[in-house]
Amino acid sequence: MNTQIRKIIMACTGLFLCFFLLIHFLGNTQLFLAPEEARKSFNMYSSFLTGNIFVKLVSYVLYLSIILHAIYALIISTINRKAGGHYSTDNRGRSSKWYSRNMGILGTIILIFIVLHFQNFWYVYKFGSIGLDPWGHKDLYTVVVTAFQQGWLVIVYVIAMAALAYHLIQGISSGIRTLGLFHPKFVRWINIFGMVYAIAICVGFALMPIYIYFTHN
Amino acid sequence: MKLYLKIWRQKDRVSEGKLVEYTLDNVNTHMSFLEMLDTLNNQLITNNEEPVEFDHDCREGICGQCGVVINGIAHGPLKNTTTCQLHMREFKDNETILIEPFRAAGFPVKKDLKVDRGAFDRIISSGGYVSVNTGQAPEANTIPVGHETAEAAFDSAACIGCGACVATCKNGSAALFTSAKITQLALLPQAKEERDQRALKMIAQMDKEQFGHCSNTEACEVECPQGISVLNIARMNYEYNRASFLKFKK
Amino acid sequence: MKLDAKIPQGPLEEKWSNYKKTARLVNPANRKKLDVIVVGTGLAGASLAASMGELGYNVKAFCFQDSPRRAHSVAAQGGVNAAKNYKNDGDSVYRMFVDTLKGGDFRAREANVYRLAECSVNLIDQAVAQGVPFGREYAGYLNNRSFGGVQVSRTFYARGQTGQQLLLGTYQALMRQVDKGSVQLYSSHEMLDLVVIDGKARGIIARNLETGELERHAAHTVVLATGGFGKIYYLSTLAMGCNGSAIWRAHKKGAYFASPSWTQIHPTSLPQSGDYQSKLTLMSESLRNDGRIWVPKNLEETRLANDIPEEERDYYLERRYPAFGNLAPRDISSRAAKERIDAGHGIGALKNAVYLDFSKAIREQGQAKIAEKYGNLFNMYEKITGINAYKEPMMISPAAHFSMGGLWVDYELMTTIPGLFALGEANFADHGANRLGANSLLQASVDGYFIAPYTIANYLSDQIKVGKISTQDVAFEVAEKEAHEKLHHLLTIKGKYTVDYFHKKLGKLLYDYCGLARNKEGLEFAIKEIKKLKEEFYTDVNVTGTAGAMNAELEKAGRVADYFEIGILMCYDALTRDESCGAHFREEYQTEEGEAQRNDEQFQFISAWEWPGMVDSEPILNKEDLTFEFVQPTIRSYK
Repeated sequence: MNTQIRKIIMACTGLFLCFFLLIHFLGNTQLFLAPEEARKSFNMYSSFLTGNIFVKLVSYVLYLSIILHAIYALIISTINRKAGGHYSTDNRGRSSKWYSRNMGILGTIILIFIVLHFQNFWYVYKFGSIGLDPWGHKDLYTVVVTAFQQGWLVIVYVIAMAALAYHLIQGISSGIRTLGLFHPKFVRWINIFGMVYAIAICVGFALMPIYIYFTHN
Repeated sequence: MKLYLKIWRQKDRVSEGKLVEYTLDNVNTHMSFLEMLDTLNNQLITNNEEPVEFDHDCREGICGQCGVVINGIAHGPLKNTTTCQLHMREFKDNETILIEPFRAAGFPVKKDLKVDRGAFDRIISSGGYVSVNTGQAPEANTIPVGHETAEAAFDSAACIGCGACVATCKNGSAALFTSAKITQLALLPQAKEERDQRALKMIAQMDKEQFGHCSNTEACEVECPQGISVLNIARMNYEYNRASFLKFKK
Repeated sequence: MKLDAKIPQGPLEEKWSNYKKTARLVNPANRKKLDVIVVGTGLAGASLAASMGELGYNVKAFCFQDSPRRAHSVAAQGGVNAAKNYKNDGDSVYRMFVDTLKGGDFRAREANVYRLAECSVNLIDQAVAQGVPFGREYAGYLNNRSFGGVQVSRTFYARGQTGQQLLLGTYQALMRQVDKGSVQLYSSHEMLDLVVIDGKARGIIARNLETGELERHAAHTVVLATGGFGKIYYLSTLAMGCNGSAIWRAHKKGAYFASPSWTQIHPTSLPQSGDYQSKLTLMSESLRNDGRIWVPKNLEETRLANDIPEEERDYYLERRYPAFGNLAPRDISSRAAKERIDAGHGIGALKNAVYLDFSKAIREQGQAKIAEKYGNLFNMYEKITGINAYKEPMMISPAAHFSMGGLWVDYELMTTIPGLFALGEANFADHGANRLGANSLLQASVDGYFIAPYTIANYLSDQIKVGKISTQDVAFEVAEKEAHEKLHHLLTIKGKYTVDYFHKKLGKLLYDYCGLARNKEGLEFAIKEIKKLKEEFYTDVNVTGTAGAMNAELEKAGRVADYFEIGILMCYDALTRDESCGAHFREEYQTEEGEAQRNDEQFQFISAWEWPGMVDSEPILNKEDLTFEFVQPTIRSYK
């Protein structure tokens, strides 16, 4: 397998994950509704997702993407580390953005976060004991609200979203170009779009735990 | 001005190298960086020490032979400048300057500051050309090439093959070098016949030479003496994808 | 020895086609059994190696650089001439021939020059097909600019990097053959000696510059395309590694050396700023299309350039040569600059420069247009000097640039050693006593692509019966031993001074006495001084390191050792030519207006120097008379 194929795998899985984030984000905006309404619609939405065969398929693609993205990141980083030069004084950083050079570290933070995030909600929803809401759906909303009563967890989520934002800014523009977009004008647009997209989604996600922390205390 | 130099000395390909310190007086601010090294070497020879081996030839920024890492930056502090075009006015009196060879797995050190960039030749050799024999060419104006296309092709073709892109890339990737040639030839109608094979072969060779993956940090464009755009890399990706996935092969 | 240029019969326009019609050929099946050594991978060497590889010969290509792409052809900026007449401005092969012959002050062969102009047309086709991104009109057709010494626009260009683009095209063609296995590439190899067996060139001794090992390479023919030796002046526009060693060592093996003193001093280089300086950067002559050259009328001018009013500026080229103005040929421009500088009108810290002013062009065409044409040159100027040339005029001065002289070759580009060919700047051929701008890329390429493949085949056609040449021949052994001893001798001197110290001294002597202007006394003095300096070199040079490893000092020492001998020959050459022609300006022979005065009656010949066999003996002069059947020599006037 050559460098191009590995990069294409990174780009495709990464861009798919970006797209997933949008869906995930739109669904989760229900958390900003008034508590009772939020509880009803959020729980309904959650149970809809678990029952749908199409969503299930997508979720497998999602799991696979995360795994491939992480594995190839590891392979690529290992090769790159060996291929790149090391200097006793290194000021090469002046010519690139720090987050573009540290996608691996940002990615690791995000991966740890994903594990935590799965454990917080996905695991509990799938395998934990979870009560029903008045409308007969599993009451994930309450689990979420309870979780975000913990200040430390809110901070962890906010930090993770910051890492994700930087990861996305670089990832979107880089991934699109790996897929072959080279026209200067469109590349510029994509860079702007990627920046807006990354910031909007990550700030939005970060606001969710903050909002819940402050409105439910 | 007076300078304190720390220079990488390495006897040959297999020996271990180390940084050696030198002091140099009477450096003129109008000297070029390489003239400063000449001055050091003259001092070393006078003291019967072996001079520092460094690559250089045209000293006007076009042959691409010179290139060292100065204070941790390929070709030194000025952006888009070769080492030979860098002048001592960019440095301060009593400054310590650290000089190392370009480093990357694809660029083994030959001696002191000289590195082996033969990988670049092999990449070009693998497909960076138009397969036209001497005498086959049609009358030049039968192949019109629009002004903008010609200018864009020139922008890519301007690469001097110095290797600063590889040295400055944390991944030791040769994507900028390889893509500049692929892009130049992909743009020109007279070179389009071979574009698919060219992209595939050149990338395969690039990988064989132990260069890393491009992760689009864009550092190469900033340090490139010719300011070759990173969009060349995107174009290379396009050419690769087109050749691999879009073309139906018999 | 009687020099026979082997000019084919027939009218001028038919000589080359007549030659091609009757030249002997090599059967395709036999070609791979014939070995060809090409030394040098610039435009001439690489284009020949690629072309020969394409034809199926077994080629070995050598260059001292770490890659063929770095050969000094890369640095040519302005362009390449071709008689395409795309501008419909009256150009033709014949006119280009006349321009070149006249530019060379009628000191070149008609047949050669005509062939150069004739083949120029094919070169552009070839380069375009290779993907060289020449400047284009908006409709997609090739664009041209005008260049010094001519009144038509016939110069093709790729911004200010034409040499680089042409070289890369050739380099790619070469690398394609390397990939195919028809060319074996030896980069970081320097030729140390030519091996001659039974009077024929049969191989070379080369030193692997990385390991220091001496290698023997045998072939049926050896081609030297090693460029010019202008670096002999130390300060020149040439690359640091450019040298005359390959052709000099061939000369010592019997190849005649023609017109060594004809060195073009380029008018538009950056001035020297201090004694540490290692080279003078060239600013392309194409700048003279839009730049105006002037000096202040006042002596001891202290005002800044922009503060000097128009009427106090002396646009001396426009004044002296109204027809050509700032585009007067190089030798004339350089000498005019020197005249002004010597008269005390020089500018800059060392008073050694003149102004090249773009303010009028920027006013008329706009900064963007000027930037598009010369952007990289303006950037380069700013990088080196720290001055923005869009705002104030550039400072330029003359610098040694191109060797019109080189190994004597006949019409087939073969030297006086059978089987040894010389191409490009390494031969003396087509430029006469002065080369026109944008003709050097042309000559190098044409020699390599379109001429030598025919003439070398003609030579090789009967070589197939010779069989493989063995490197075990005693001639190889002797040559290797000599090369080895020479290197070791240099290492054992262990004196006080560096190689550069001697090179700088030699360069200064030559620039002062055998440069822009020469005279008898000065030349005789220079010969004596160079001989002394050479002696001093062999007792007092310090070359560190060993011969068995990479050693740049040793490489330099070997080249400088040859430079002393070349320098002496240059002075003899200049001394024995009692006339002024082209770049050769003898102060004793000038008109009242200070223009060069040719002496066609006595000096209408090429001086081809023969190695006397012993160091320090006087070189032997052979003459090749020049006959002009088609164009009668006129006084070169650009007024």
